[in-house]
Amino acid sequence: MSDTSKTVKSDTTKAEKTEGVVEAQNTVAPADDPTAAPVSVVDPRLLVREEGFKGYITEFKRKVKGGELGSLPVVIGLIVIWTIFQLKNDLFLSADNLSNISYFLSATGMLAIGLVFVLLLGEIDLSVGSVSGLASAVFAVFVVDHSMNPWLALVLTIVTGTAIGALHGWFFAKIGVPAFVVTLAGLLAWNGLMLWLLGSSGTINLPSDSGPIKLFGQNSFFMDQAIIGAYLLAGIAVVLSFIGNFGEQRRRRAAGVPFRTNGEILLRVGLLALAAFVSAYVLNNASGVSNALVIFLTALVIVDFVLRRTTYGRKVFAVGGGIEAARRAGINVPMVRITVFAISGGFAAVGGMFFAGQTAGASLSAGAGDTLMLAIAAAVIGGTSLFGGRGTVWSALLGMLVIQSIRTGLDLLNMNTSIQYMITGGVLLGAVVIDSVSRRSQMAAGRG
Amino acid sequence: MSATPVLALRGVSKRFGAVQALTDVELEVHAGEVVALVGDNGAGKSTLVKTIAGVHPIDDGVIEWEGKPVSINRPHDAQGLGVATVYQDLALCDNLDVVGNLYLGRELLRRGVIDEVTMEKNARELLSTLSIRIPSVRIPIASLSGGQRQVVAIARALIGDPKVVILDEPTAALGVEQTAQVLDLVERLRERNLGVILISHNMADVKAVADTVAVLRLGKNNGSFPVKDTSHEEIIAAITGATENAVTRRAGRRTAEAAK
Ligand SMILES: Nc1ncnc2c1ncn2[C@@H]1O[C@H](COP(=O)(O)OP(=O)(O)OP(=O)(O)O)[C@@H](O)[C@H]1O
Ligand SMILES: [Mg+2]
Repeated sequence: MSDTSKTVKSDTTKAEKTEGVVEAQNTVAPADDPTAAPVSVVDPRLLVREEGFKGYITEFKRKVKGGELGSLPVVIGLIVIWTIFQLKNDLFLSADNLSNISYFLSATGMLAIGLVFVLLLGEIDLSVGSVSGLASAVFAVFVVDHSMNPWLALVLTIVTGTAIGALHGWFFAKIGVPAFVVTLAGLLAWNGLMLWLLGSSGTINLPSDSGPIKLFGQNSFFMDQAIIGAYLLAGIAVVLSFIGNFGEQRRRRAAGVPFRTNGEILLRVGLLALAAFVSAYVLNNASGVSNALVIFLTALVIVDFVLRRTTYGRKVFAVGGGIEAARRAGINVPMVRITVFAISGGFAAVGGMFFAGQTAGASLSAGAGDTLMLAIAAAVIGGTSLFGGRGTVWSALLGMLVIQSIRTGLDLLNMNTSIQYMITGGVLLGAVVIDSVSRRSQMAAGRG
Repeated sequence: MSATPVLALRGVSKRFGAVQALTDVELEVHAGEVVALVGDNGAGKSTLVKTIAGVHPIDDGVIEWEGKPVSINRPHDAQGLGVATVYQDLALCDNLDVVGNLYLGRELLRRGVIDEVTMEKNARELLSTLSIRIPSVRIPIASLSGGQRQVVAIARALIGDPKVVILDEPTAALGVEQTAQVLDLVERLRERNLGVILISHNMADVKAVADTVAVLRLGKNNGSFPVKDTSHEEIIAAITGATENAVTRRAGRRTAEAAK
């Protein structure tokens, strides 16, 4: 699912099968000097991956040693967590429970998407929980107190969240207040505003039979639970990935730059197809794919595209990798910072609407408690570095799978909140430790 | 050589807190001219470069571009005019790969999406003309050696279509072969009728490629000489601050020899 390892792999695909060091094949003649002998662009000392399955294993080992763990820790973690809970309670891996996990992970997952942007800058946004709570209150006031069209209210709510984020970004980028402090102030202030809005009534119930609240609710499924719906989604994902991969291979081959072999592409697409169709089958055994999950996955695909394929995404990574270098490359650093915080605020508002959909109401406790911590934990557990410049939005999905599995599992075992908090805290600490350690070994392996 | 300089500094001053880094500096660069900027450590060469590149806006004076005064307040402004700069401290993003760094801020687009394939192809060709071996153009800058990074920084300046290229000690970390390539490159830039500002502490390099030597001393102009008619000793004397007489020229020569 994650594409972080792509760039490293793709250069080494056309290598001879030999042991250890191989003379690289790629030579390019100097462009404007036809008399000169072709110069090897690729360093002959570079360890080139061997062909075939064994090559993958060697390369994999090398990467793990070099601290490029990618999504390995989280996948292992997920397997361990699922095994433990399944041993404790055999309802854990039932279709209904997995379907539950997939529905409830999307709300906090939305918050985590916004946080990935902020973490890529090497900053933190502590206000996302409060902003999500405020969003549900704002929406409730619009719809219930002012009888506004719920879709218009949804748009205005997201605009509100984005504006709040932009305000944080402005204080950070233009005034120079540390993001930590600005968003800590926001954490308190926006929670206060939410309490003030809900003040007299306490909790506002939202009509859950139509509009966005129905869409984000637990009983709203893709294509009204049609069996074909889930397989359709899986099929679209696989076909798009197939076309995308082979299209890129063709263009790279035509341009004479290293490309992925057919085998590698088939393996990747095959793994994706396996994951997608198994998920579709399991969810169909419950009640289908919830619309909240479909929206979350769509958001992930779009945001991933923006971060990896557009100039805006490149700017975000550049600012996260070196502010001075980015500035000298002509990047408007304050603009990037303000927009990133605006995006974080916008996704927090969307997440807040998802929470409102779960409970069909805006309550005083919305966005409080561990919401913020879980969102941060999800992004970091999923593999986005706290140190900036490294990560992918898919970490929001992977991290939330871990977190939601733990929460649901502990619920099944009737453990109370105190235990849940302690365990989630421990998992977050573990993820940060892995992040720090892998950063250290990356530096030692020359990839700092 | 054209009459109007493509880039001219008139009485430029720059202060950092209590340090007057530049005082009333004059500099002219014509199209097709290589100007070597020399001076001792701390003379203000890098500061001068950064004022032209928009990293540090000037306090006083005027920067003229093709005869007209311009204001350069941000790196973006300088790039818009056509100034490409290789900084002494390189200024690369450690987390981006070589291709990403080369094209940072001016990515090639194909239907609105970053065109990685063409960028990668061009990057490989460009780097091969500079005779540098890099393990792969897809590894992060952090894993390159100092010289490899320097070549990437130089290659970066050649992407796009600059009119003036500024190289701040571009060969400081380079080997024999790569240094020669960079000097060749400077000559090719001159043939393409670009203006080049080359900062170097290596007098042999300066004499080999420059047309004019501008000397900076303690943040002030200390003479500008045509390379053809100027001896090594005269330049050294201007750098070290010795005045123009036979005795100090001798002293300058001796310090130069002692320094070797
Ligand atoms: N950002 C800054 N803040 C404060 N002072 C600075 C700054 N940059 C440079 N200076 C000061 O300005 C003076 C000129 O520095 P500059 O870097 O231009 O020297 P240089 O001629 O490039 O030297 P070198 O040959 O060592 O690279 C020095 O005294 C330096 O301390
Ligand atoms: Mg300098």
